[in-house]
Formats: sequence, structure tokens, C-alpha cells
Amino acid sequence: MSAAVASTPAPGTGSDQWLRNRRYLPPLLIVVLWQVAASAGLIPTRTLASPAMIAGTFAELITSGELPRHLLVSLGRVAIGLGIGIVVGTTFALIAGLSRRGEDLLDATLQMLRTLPFLALVPLFILWFGIGETPKIALVALGTMFPIYLTLFAGIRGVDAKLIEAGGTLGLTRREQVFHIVLPGALPSALVGLRYALGVAWLSLVVAEQINADTGIGFLVMTARDFLRTDIILVGLIVYAILGLSADQIVRILERRVLAWRPSFLKD
Amino acid sequence: MNAHPALTARQHPVVHVANLVRSFGRGPNILDGLDLAIRAGEFVALLGRSGSGKSTLLRTLAGLDEAPAGTVTVPAERAVVFQEPRLVPWKRVWANVALGLRTPDARERAVAALSEVGLSHRLEAWPLTLSGGEAQRAALARALVREPKLLLLDEPFAALDALTRLKTQGLVASLWRAHRPAVLLVTHDVDEALLLADRVLVLDQGRIGFDLHVNLERPRRHAQPAFASLRSRLLRELGVEDENPVEPVEELRTPVRNTAPAAPTHRLEDAVWAASADALARS
Repeated sequence: MSAAVASTPAPGTGSDQWLRNRRYLPPLLIVVLWQVAASAGLIPTRTLASPAMIAGTFAELITSGELPRHLLVSLGRVAIGLGIGIVVGTTFALIAGLSRRGEDLLDATLQMLRTLPFLALVPLFILWFGIGETPKIALVALGTMFPIYLTLFAGIRGVDAKLIEAGGTLGLTRREQVFHIVLPGALPSALVGLRYALGVAWLSLVVAEQINADTGIGFLVMTARDFLRTDIILVGLIVYAILGLSADQIVRILERRVLAWRPSFLKD
Repeated sequence: MNAHPALTARQHPVVHVANLVRSFGRGPNILDGLDLAIRAGEFVALLGRSGSGKSTLLRTLAGLDEAPAGTVTVPAERAVVFQEPRLVPWKRVWANVALGLRTPDARERAVAALSEVGLSHRLEAWPLTLSGGEAQRAALARALVREPKLLLLDEPFAALDALTRLKTQGLVASLWRAHRPAVLLVTHDVDEALLLADRVLVLDQGRIGFDLHVNLERPRRHAQPAFASLRSRLLRELGVEDENPVEPVEELRTPVRNTAPAAPTHRLEDAVWAASADALARS
């Protein structure tokens, strides 16, 4: 971007706008070519639906209320699973981060479990929890717990010892040091963990909903597969992408608010 | 000694250290039977080669380092200013100063302390937006707001640029004059010690190897022959040969007669400014 700006002589307001927006041109061109090829019959619909068809299906699924219904179910699963993951991950991180004994108690076990690809637990979860909501929520909770635990634990341990020492000379009690110095200091790291956890949450949801679900975006996509409806599959993918992007955006806004003291935000 | 009338009444030691021994691991004793007394309101500078245990002694007095042997008596009201400001980055400047104050008027006290160090316009700033000098002044305010009986300064000017250092030294001098805590200033800088302190100690082989009462009248100037002479003497104690040694002047052999309290026009910070200007001119 900046290189392109530098190489263009004397940009007026119009060309400024052009420079800002021209990066969106290639993807737009791809969509247009895709549509042209589909209209010309070069891409069969059962392989890949055309953009116009996808847009039509999208609108149809929304107006019929089918998409909102499934979306709500999926959002609910992510919210509950993520909530449990955050609470458990934070609790473990506080126990292990704030005391040696807590670390000895929890860290080795959690580090071992972390290396397990948690999606491989799906068969076991189905055996344990059946095929209802529980295994889906449990999978999301398990997947999101680890990034929260790891980043908050590392954040707590990474807080500048000199600040803690200074807090001691100011007469802060241990509880006050944790509240005023340790936890705010660990927050930047924990928020990175939260962003990562949100990514994992959607991933777990995709996997969980494609197995024995009768509602949710994943169910919508799997049913569409049975009827060769590539347009609905693509709508599902687009919804996943939008959800992932918005979740990331929410955390960014959160970071802006709670990490306002950081120089990277101060420059703006 | 300074004959400040308010001072004579409280010249009992606030810091008393006897036979302090400290070593790290299996190494030799860094502090080896050290004795030290600091009177109330006294400004003491501690010099020593690097690794001589200056900071260890300061940390012991600050309660940051447990001494395995010896007795250490220090007032409960202590405050420390480190080489780095150590402000908490996620608390605004005033909240940093108010940190740990448990009275309902904590904010007002913090604001007052900050205006005393000339930072009343930066109350709501984030610490990472302060310049090095401002941050160190905030750290000074944070120490003084606790009304310490003992102020421990661990090379607080070392990380500042030359001009800021002069200003901050002047500020410390005026704050000391206004509040009269006992001060222990750990420093590498002989000139700084002579400008600010009543007494200059040299730490050598784990003990106070040299204890110099600086009987120079304030304001002090580098240009004073007595100053230069003391400087040579201290440098010799530190194992550095002064390039232009100055013979001891008569004035130093006998303590300067106690003069009347400094006239109101003699502001110490001005003196430091003047001395600093000398230092700048010479460098």
C-alpha cells in the first residue's frame, strides 16, 4: 500500500480514493469472472454454484427464517462453550499462575492434554455424552480452554518483576499487587488468547455440528451436501467467515478499550 | 553539619545498621560487617565501585533483600526511587502516585505531590507517554506522597540525559529541603554526591571505607577550590586518579564553622543549577 502511494505522483482526492480501494479490485474481478464462467456453462452448478445463485439462496434462507434459526443455535453453542472454556481456563491459569503449588498441581497435566488434538476426542465425547447438545458444547469448551489457560498463565508469569517489587515498596498487600499489577499486566497476553480461542471455538463448532446434529449451520451444510446444493454449502461457509471476522473485530474493540495505555494504541 | 534549627532537635539516627553481612550463593561476602547510622533529615550519598554492594545495601534498607546476619533498624515510613521510574503503565499518572495510599483524600494528595514536582498538567496522562525526566519526577512524587522518614534513591538520575539530570538533581535538592527526610543516595557520580549530600560514604570491601562530612556551604559550586579538593579525595578513594589533583585546602581540615541558616535568597536548587552549569561548561 504505502509503496504504491509513494510511487504515484500528485494524487488528488479522487485518485486517493482510487488508491485506497483498488486493492479490492482483484477479488471483485474474480467474482465477476466466476459469474461469467458459470453463466457460460463452464462451471457446473453441482460443482460450484454461481455468485448470483449464492446471493439468491442467501436472501431466501434469511427471509424464510431458516438461516437465522440455525445461526441462533450455532451462536448459542459457541457462547455457552466459550463461556465455560473461559471460566475454566481462567480459573486454572490463576491457580497455576499465582502460586508455585498451583503450578505443580495443574501445569504438567494441562500441558500434556494440550498436545492432544482435541478434535480427535469426538468419538469419545459421543460415547460419553451421546449426540445431544452436550458433546458439542463440551468440544467447544475444551478447545477454547487451552489458549485461555496458556496465554493467561504466561501473561501472569511474564509481568515485570520490577513492577511487583516497586508495588511492594509502596506498601501494597499481595492481594492488591495481584489486582493492581499482576492481572492488568497479564491482560494483553490473555486477550491474544481470547482471539485465538474464538477461532478455535468456530473450528470446534464446524466439526461438532457435522456429526449427528439436527440444527445449526453445520447441519444446514451437511444436509445441503446430500442434495448437491453447493449454493447452500457456500452460504454456510460465508456465514462462518462472517462470524469469525466479527468475533475478531469485537476482541479488537475490546483491546482498544482496555489496553488504551499501550503505545501502539496511543499513536492513533 | 548543617545548623538548620529544626534539624538539631532530631539528630538521632533513623537508620542504624550494625555488622551487616550479605553474600550471594557461595560467593564472597558482598557486605562484610557493615556499620552505618543515618540521622534524621541527613542527606547521605553512597559511592562505590560497581559490584561493591551499594545497591545491595540500599535494597536491604528498603526491605527488598533479607540480610542473613546483622541488625538493621529502619523507619517504617520508607520510600524508594529506582533507576527506572517503575510506573505502572496501565494506571494514569495520578493513580500511580496514589497507589497504596489508604486515605480517602489519596487523589488530592497525589495531585499535590505531582504539582510539587511540576507535573500538574500530566495528571491524567498514561505513564508511557511521559518523557524520561517526567517519569522520574512522577516516581519522586510517588515516593514523597508517602511522607517518608527515609528516602532511598538508587541511582535515580543515571538513566537521564545530561540536561534532565541537572534539573532532576535540583528538584531532589529542593524537595529534600522542603520535606527533610533522611536520604540515602546511591550513585556513581562523585560530583552529584558532593553537590547534594551532607555526608559522602565510600563502600569498599563490604564496609564503609571512607566517611566524608561535606562541610561545604550551600549553594555549592564546582568552581569552589574546596569542592575540587574533595572531589580529588573521593576519586582517590574510589581508585581513580584525578587528572588535575587539587591539594587539600586549609578550609577542609577544620570543619567550616556553623553558619547561620542559609539566607532565603539562597535556594538550593539554584545552587545546583549553578553548579550544573559549571559542569556543563567543563564538559
